[in-house]
Amino acid sequence: MTEFTPVSALAGGMLIGLSATVLLLFNGRIAGISGIVNGLFAADDDRLWRVLFLVSMVLSAGLAYHLTPLAFSLREGFPLWWLLPSGFLVGFGTRMGGGCTSGHGICGLGRLSKRSLVATASFFLVGLATASVSALLMAGV
Amino acid sequence: MNRLIAVLTGAMFGVGLTLAGMVNPYKVLNFLNLLGNWDPSLALVMGGGLAVTLVSFRWVLNRPKPILAAEFSLPVRFDIDRKLVIGGVLFGLGWGVAGYCPGPAIAALSFGSAEPWLFVVAMLLGSFSCQWLDKRSSDS
Repeated sequence: MTEFTPVSALAGGMLIGLSATVLLLFNGRIAGISGIVNGLFAADDDRLWRVLFLVSMVLSAGLAYHLTPLAFSLREGFPLWWLLPSGFLVGFGTRMGGGCTSGHGICGLGRLSKRSLVATASFFLVGLATASVSALLMAGV
Repeated sequence: MNRLIAVLTGAMFGVGLTLAGMVNPYKVLNFLNLLGNWDPSLALVMGGGLAVTLVSFRWVLNRPKPILAAEFSLPVRFDIDRKLVIGGVLFGLGWGVAGYCPGPAIAALSFGSAEPWLFVVAMLLGSFSCQWLDKRSSDS
């Protein structure tokens, strides 16, 4: 069980939105994480800003996790091998669909993109169904 | 200067994800699973992010160009195709099982758990595979 945390959820979401705003206003770039990662492996692109963004994201999240009361108990007992097919699907699907929760969800919907609306509806509906069904299956075992 | 913006916005994004609880897969799955003890927090994360971008992007994109770049780098496609939907479906499947999407999985690499490492390696393999299949079908 996790508690409903409306204030930190809203504040965290707004901080993500603010990050996306500053990146677009100054650098003209979309803060979509799958897109930022995939661009690392494109030959003709400026890679440095992507590396800086991602390293900074990892370090700041790590500092926030380890040095503030935001720490939580890490998940234990989840079958680790499940992360391989699920991670593969997330990588495959976000490349195929051209974005993830941040790129389509926060940035694409923010600029009223129809493609992003369709993509976001797809992964949210399937995510809801998958998590609900797998919880049922696991409860039944 | 635009390097500095990348560092700053990356840091804001990482702290935002952590504050929001998106980096905790229990919290994500308790939102996506409607049949358990539902935790609506993540709806507010999306809502909070969108409340900002819906207003700010309109204002930013009305500018002739970004402050530190020659032009906005925006997606150039507007058509709804099958790949967009199938990609979303595959992504939703993996997200609903693991409780990680790309941002939180990468942000959580520094938390001391093996989970995000396995997930991110598999995610990169999935992305490369999709690109490889795409390239192969466009070559033939």
